[in-house]
Amino acid sequence: MKKKLLAAIMAAAMVVSLTACGSAPAQEAAAPAEEAAPAEEEAAPAEEAAPAEEEAPAAEEAAPAESTGETIKVGIINNDPNESGYRTANDKDLQAMFTAENGYEASFAYSNKNDEQIAAAQKFIQDGVDYLLLSAADTAGWDSVLKDAQDAGIRVILFDRTIDADESLYEASIVSDMAKEGETAVTWLKGQGLEEYNIIHLQGVMGSAAQQGRTGALDAAVASDGWNLVTQQTAEWNAEKAQQIVQSVIDSGASFNVIYAENDDMAKGAVAALDKANIPHGVGKDVIVMGFDCNKWALEELLAQNWNYDGQCNPFQASYIDEIIKTIQSGGTVAEKTIIMDEKGFDATEITQEDVDKYGI
Amino acid sequence: MKSKETNKSNVSEFFSKIVRRQVFIPIAALLLLAIFNLVTDPSFYKITFGYNSAGNPVLSGNLMTILDSGSELAILAIGMTLVTAATGGQDISVGAAIAISGSVILRVLCGTDSRPETLQAPIIVAFLVACVVAMLFGAFNGVLVAYFKIQPMVATLILFTAGRSIAAWINNNELPIINEPSFGYFGGFIPGIPIPTPFFIAVICMVIIALVLRFTNLGLYTQAVGINESSSRLNGLNPAFIKFLTFVILGLCVAVAGLIKVSRFSTINYSVIAKDIEMDAILAVALGGNALSGGKFSMSASILGAYVIQFLMTTLYKFNVKSDALPAYKAVVVIVLVVLSAPIVREWLSSMWKKIKPEGQGKEVA
Amino acid sequence: MKEKAVLEMKNIHKSFPGVRALQGVDFTLCEGEIHALMGENGAGKSTLIKVLTGVYGKDEGEIFLKGKDKAVAIHSPQDAQRLGISTVYQEITLCPNLSVAENMFIGRTSGVCQNWRKMNTNADKILQSLDIPAKATQQLASCSIAVQQMIAIARAVDMDCKVLILDEPTSSLDEQEVEKLFRLMRDLRARGVGIIFVTHFLDQVYEVCDKITVLRDGKLVGEYEIKDLPRVKLVSKMLGKELNDMSDIKGESKPYDKNDRSEPVFEANGLVSNAGIKPFNFYIKKGEVNGFTGLLGSGRSECVRAIFGADRVLGGTVKMDGKEVKIGKPLDAMKNGIAYLPEDRKVDGIVGDLSVRENIILALQVLKGFLKPFTKAEANKFAEDYIKLLGIKTASADTPIKSLSGGNQQKAILARWLLTDPKYLILDEPTRGIDIGTKIDIQKLVLKLASEGMSVTFISSETDEMLRTCSRLVVMRDRKVVGELSGEELSQSMIMSTIAGGDK
Repeated sequence: MKKKLLAAIMAAAMVVSLTACGSAPAQEAAAPAEEAAPAEEEAAPAEEAAPAEEEAPAAEEAAPAESTGETIKVGIINNDPNESGYRTANDKDLQAMFTAENGYEASFAYSNKNDEQIAAAQKFIQDGVDYLLLSAADTAGWDSVLKDAQDAGIRVILFDRTIDADESLYEASIVSDMAKEGETAVTWLKGQGLEEYNIIHLQGVMGSAAQQGRTGALDAAVASDGWNLVTQQTAEWNAEKAQQIVQSVIDSGASFNVIYAENDDMAKGAVAALDKANIPHGVGKDVIVMGFDCNKWALEELLAQNWNYDGQCNPFQASYIDEIIKTIQSGGTVAEKTIIMDEKGFDATEITQEDVDKYGI
Repeated sequence: MKSKETNKSNVSEFFSKIVRRQVFIPIAALLLLAIFNLVTDPSFYKITFGYNSAGNPVLSGNLMTILDSGSELAILAIGMTLVTAATGGQDISVGAAIAISGSVILRVLCGTDSRPETLQAPIIVAFLVACVVAMLFGAFNGVLVAYFKIQPMVATLILFTAGRSIAAWINNNELPIINEPSFGYFGGFIPGIPIPTPFFIAVICMVIIALVLRFTNLGLYTQAVGINESSSRLNGLNPAFIKFLTFVILGLCVAVAGLIKVSRFSTINYSVIAKDIEMDAILAVALGGNALSGGKFSMSASILGAYVIQFLMTTLYKFNVKSDALPAYKAVVVIVLVVLSAPIVREWLSSMWKKIKPEGQGKEVA
Repeated sequence: MKEKAVLEMKNIHKSFPGVRALQGVDFTLCEGEIHALMGENGAGKSTLIKVLTGVYGKDEGEIFLKGKDKAVAIHSPQDAQRLGISTVYQEITLCPNLSVAENMFIGRTSGVCQNWRKMNTNADKILQSLDIPAKATQQLASCSIAVQQMIAIARAVDMDCKVLILDEPTSSLDEQEVEKLFRLMRDLRARGVGIIFVTHFLDQVYEVCDKITVLRDGKLVGEYEIKDLPRVKLVSKMLGKELNDMSDIKGESKPYDKNDRSEPVFEANGLVSNAGIKPFNFYIKKGEVNGFTGLLGSGRSECVRAIFGADRVLGGTVKMDGKEVKIGKPLDAMKNGIAYLPEDRKVDGIVGDLSVRENIILALQVLKGFLKPFTKAEANKFAEDYIKLLGIKTASADTPIKSLSGGNQQKAILARWLLTDPKYLILDEPTRGIDIGTKIDIQKLVLKLASEGMSVTFISSETDEMLRTCSRLVVMRDRKVVGELSGEELSQSMIMSTIAGGDK
């Protein structure tokens, strides 16, 4: 009896983890995309490419019948949406844009592994998509598959991440400029006109693009304006580590008036340490708190004036892509290969609920 | 003279005995770090009493940070020690499992709305559900290891890879935030009590495991199975079940650690929460002088090992080591500690002491 | 240094915490001689060997080798090998999944590249010259234990050794294999190799050795020419007391009564396990000592393992005191009052890193239950009682059992099972690889237990031991029970003919 019960429980646990396993690495689902949410749900059960592949043609036939017939087929290769809040927002944005109503027939493939992404790209080429949208896991290894795409007359648009390949192989690359994000933030900080700047600098995982861009801007200002870095440490995007670092500074008795955290989580960790020591922070208080990424909850902190600044890292690339596709479809050419997105910096004194709803991820 | 003679040999005998005791390693490491901090900056030990922004009394200082932040690691070290002892392998999925159990807690508390005005279920219910889920995942690992005889590292690799995605999937990839202040007590402070709650939770776990080891045969059985499985079986034990059991116990530890983790900020970040904690937990076991190949273990040494790691991290933060150099510092200290804890080195140290000590003692007497 | 001496050890001292293992021991080995190193367990044989081979450092004393004018320093087994001292241990220390040739040359090939063909021809040459029935390309695991042993020796010999140490090489060999090994040893002696032979088998010492050095309690008793030291004297030197006669235990054993109609304590019908034995019937009565006999591999161990549930039981019925019971795993057997001392002490018996105390209480503790551990005081009392009762030589009850000598380990395992107060005790090769004193102790103990009403099944490769203790023997051949002997039939010749398949 006991054994049977155990077996049943184990079986259940295995099923849970297996389906989840299936959803984690490269899952492909032909989505005749009606709405983002159902499409996502459909993606989960479809475990492997094989059954999805067979169903795909049927779905394709069905789709044009509903719409005007002018549908554009796009294959979208993205990183795993579970990777981060940024990626989740990015995926939702794409799902919402490339729908049948907007004249698209989109297929999605997700993986954090380059080889799986390349395999997905080859499949999309075989399926004969019109556009291949790609956020590559790795910068290298894309030349041959993109050449295949070019030979097949498929246009490639990169989003979010660039690759090491010849520019002629893709139409455009839509990216964030992390250095610019940092500069916007530092310019804002300069504008605060503090008498002296004693900064706690919480860095992301060392060597990541976001860390390099956001650190670079601050380092430059420290050098040119004679700001004082009380501490400069990596908290590896981790709230808890950030809390420990700030706690350590507080315990040492050093004075500081700015916290420059390279993402929202770390800013939150820093604020937890400030709260514990009852150090006032936010608009008009002792310590200025700065974060990045514009999480919704972070913008709410801004709205409540507990934080002072949040820099955007724009995950909403879909409209840019849409525009490029429309230009190409109408026979125009894309002026710039590399398109840098508008990225805002929000000030707690100016932010509105509308901003929170619109830009919060 | 004769009494001095015996005294002398007693002292050296005593010392070499201590050196050979397992718990000596983490204690020595703690002392080393403590003395280093004392010499370079005694203010390291300053503890201040104050009030936090909510007006509740809190104690703060580096020592409090160590006791606070080391809690989850100490709790995990308990389970990891048992798994290591019985299976001779380690569970590398505990970080991912913490993400899962934390996600479960938030899911139960939030219901369908990721930003609930009020809690949808009592915290205790959420915690118990997380315990069950974490133990199930522990059981999954346990079955793979004990009954399918898969190497523990390989078996737990499955959950290590998939765990964080499962955690995100449980909450539909949303980021739930709990506004109820009482939820924050587990990872923060209970109003009126100036000592961080995680420390109390860790102490409760330690007391429980001490009682379990005292009043059951868990220690004897896991060690026997880890040392000689075949012989254990012929003595009436069921080695597979005991291995399975250790994974389930580790699952329980994971659920407790998960509660503290999500309570600290009343939210979760699936990809970052408890990141790399599995490696620290394994390291804690190793620093405790326990053989990673299984067999005999010292629970107190493992728990001390966890606090040594936190002590080291806090020291490195305190000394404001440059970010790029941080891992290197940590690696160097860890290598030194692990080398010191190798039985060969300890044997050598104790024999060196024997050789040196008689003369040294003689001089002192003279 | 004496003329012809290849090795001289002088005034060797070695202490461990709480034990003075060697106290001023001298030892001399000459060229072309087979020299037996004798002593009870704990006399210091193993320690002396380990000092010589560099496993332990010595506290005091000097070691001289032929051709070196100064005392040599041996800090590691590699040093010892370089100086021409090779050891072949009781347990095979080769790699079973490599080929014979690879095993012979492993770790001593020069350079990165390896000429496989040349290595194989060389290996074959050596094997042939030593008359070892193995091929160079054969996998080691496919050779018999004896041949593996010989290959280990061949490896040692080929490394140009002057001193060859054989530590209990014969304990897992049958008679013919022992004979082959002796031929090889004599051959090496003729080539001038000095051989140190450590064994517990007196017969073998007298068959092959030239000299005997006896140790007792870490001290040298003396060095003797074989012809000057008759057996009885040797035993008395080893034990440190005059031994009346080993046969004094005979007579205590209760003769088997064929007319006893009482219910057997244990009875098996058609019992069969997955270890490849044929179904067999077996019973034992209260106070009886019986045994399974047969050649190595005849299935005698498999039978008792099936009784204890150690292998998976596939069929048959089992009765305890006339009542049918189910024994599917060792715990079932233990609950029914059966105890089993396994054949392979290291693999199935001891839990090496645990203390003597924990090893002694383990089985009783498991019987008592997970939630009811013994208090430290209780456990200590059990351990101390049995350490005293069986004369287990250990520094303390806290000492890890793996640091005890083989005989004392065996006594501790025996203590473990006696502590459970079994109705039926199974001893599979309890006397293998242990010294003569302990052997006699164990045999006496078996008879004493039987006289107190315990039923005992006793298995041993030494037939005379079985004849001394058992009143009934079950004879096995080719995994099948082929006969049963009792009373008048119990004799060496009768056993032999039954094993061989005579006229029964």
